[in-house]
Amino acid sequence: MEKLLPARDRLLKSNKSRLDGEWRGKIIVIVCAIIMISATIAITIFLGTKGLQSFIKNGISIIEFLTSTKWNPTDPANPAYGVLPFIFGSFAVTLLSALVAAPLGIGGAIFMTEIAPSWGRKILQPVVELLVGIPSVVYGFIGLTVLVPFIRENVGGLGFSLLSGTIVLSIMILPTITTIATDAISSLPNHLREGSYALGATRWQTIRRVLIPAALPSLLTAIILGMARAFGEALAVQMVIGNVRDLPTSILDASATLTTIITLNMGHTTYGSVENNTLWSMGLILLIMSFAFILLIRYLSSRRRL
Amino acid sequence: MKSLKKFSLFALLAALMVFAAACGGGASKDDTNGSDNAEPKTEEKEELSGSLVISGSSAMQPLVAAAAEEFMAENPKVDIQVNAGGSGTGLSQVAEGSVQIGNSDVFAEEKEGIPADELVDHKVAVVGMTAAVNPKAGIKDISQEDLIKVFTGKITNWKELGGADQKIVLVNRPDSSGTRAVFNKFALDGATPAEGITEDSSNTVKKIISETDGAVGYLAFSYFTDDTVTPLSIDGVEATDENVQTGKFPVWAYEHSYTKGEPDGLAKAFLDYLMTDDIQNNLLKEQGYLPVTKMKVERDAEGNQKDI
Repeated sequence: MEKLLPARDRLLKSNKSRLDGEWRGKIIVIVCAIIMISATIAITIFLGTKGLQSFIKNGISIIEFLTSTKWNPTDPANPAYGVLPFIFGSFAVTLLSALVAAPLGIGGAIFMTEIAPSWGRKILQPVVELLVGIPSVVYGFIGLTVLVPFIRENVGGLGFSLLSGTIVLSIMILPTITTIATDAISSLPNHLREGSYALGATRWQTIRRVLIPAALPSLLTAIILGMARAFGEALAVQMVIGNVRDLPTSILDASATLTTIITLNMGHTTYGSVENNTLWSMGLILLIMSFAFILLIRYLSSRRRL
Repeated sequence: MKSLKKFSLFALLAALMVFAAACGGGASKDDTNGSDNAEPKTEEKEELSGSLVISGSSAMQPLVAAAAEEFMAENPKVDIQVNAGGSGTGLSQVAEGSVQIGNSDVFAEEKEGIPADELVDHKVAVVGMTAAVNPKAGIKDISQEDLIKVFTGKITNWKELGGADQKIVLVNRPDSSGTRAVFNKFALDGATPAEGITEDSSNTVKKIISETDGAVGYLAFSYFTDDTVTPLSIDGVEATDENVQTGKFPVWAYEHSYTKGEPDGLAKAFLDYLMTDDIQNNLLKEQGYLPVTKMKVERDAEGNQKDI
């Protein structure tokens, strides 16, 4: 019966309820957005006030905190609060793992999109997704059981080293880089490829000279997102890096990162103590670093658009 | 592709069912246990009810959780939650009143920023610990002097102590760890250990020591269950429960349960329950602790030891 009504009547009738739906939808998404934004702001404010306590209340010099290599917060006579070794460790494992994972991830992405889009993608995609799903504690445990003894026996050192941390992190950030790089390359307009072929370029020339430069900002974004993940990873790194507070002198030396020191000590310290406050300050450094990573990504993605 | 989807759905369902069955089985077992134990005792005393939140030392968590389970089985209306967050967290939370009992490996006086005079200490167990070495080092006994030299990095090879020709690898605990504090104070005489691999969890420490040639760390007695790591005797005194109880072996610590002010009601009932012979003589042993009731010496927050 309804179908026989003229279109105008039907539309007029449902107009009111449609507007209602329109409003409801709008309110729901606005609420979602507000919750997300306020959560982020709240975390930033909280971490900011907590993280600055050690400088304001406990009077630790911010310069000493960032540049001294001596970390000995429990020494009753002259405690030392220098986190440079941990900042160095964090950056070292992050950069090294990006160096390993970036070529692998981008190579995999090119393989999936350009070389073997049909069967390559069918195999590699689930493999990559599987890597995302493995919990970090499992990576750490495999690293501790397999990788550490392997490095100790075949490469040298104790096995607990920057190298172990780098390898574990490389595998962990590989899916991030691969997925984003795949999306970036496959979203390039097809006329780029066709134009290049029409000029007589081979497939490899097309990939190297046309596709990679065109997708470069997104590829860099992929790498930086991977680095942000590596920078914040705690558990898996903690199990293989050795957590030594000296500056490492070689890639086979044990080291420590900001995150591993926080997770090792947080539970043992009491709220409001100097030790606890310095851990919050390290958390603040992590937050600032992740802001820096995001700024870098925004800069890169605004730089070149096709 | 479609068949794969169906299969994965099936697999998910199957996994869910197994999980549900496992949970259900566990729950019903607890129930039967509960009614078995509860009947004779609930008649004697008035029934307790309410809920109790306990937090703190992750080393103590299994012990207190096991005791809480038995306690809840005897008092079905009681709900006890035992969280592990570390001694610092436990002390902080009990001091600010967000939990009723805070467990700690160390005296509250030793932690900064805790109003120790507001907290009441209940020593519920004793834990003995000693240096643990990789068996291949060939060392079983060490003088305290040499132990200090090993941990401060003055001796770097086991052959200097008559062991195998292996480089010494230190396995430490984090700065703020209670285990580290106890070991430094009573085994190393307050010396600060040299830098080495640092791990928090005793299981990880044990794993590293057992797999690394020349490794040395420290573990609670309960972790020397097999021969993958060798417990060291210190100055010829074997690391045994008896030697700790008589005060001959110096490296031990209390496990504390702190309350804010004198405990009452449920918290008091549970703390009393922890001190019953049943818990002290059976459960503690199963969990690798020594009963505090059998100690022939006692210690204060400064570490002074005296006979009881």
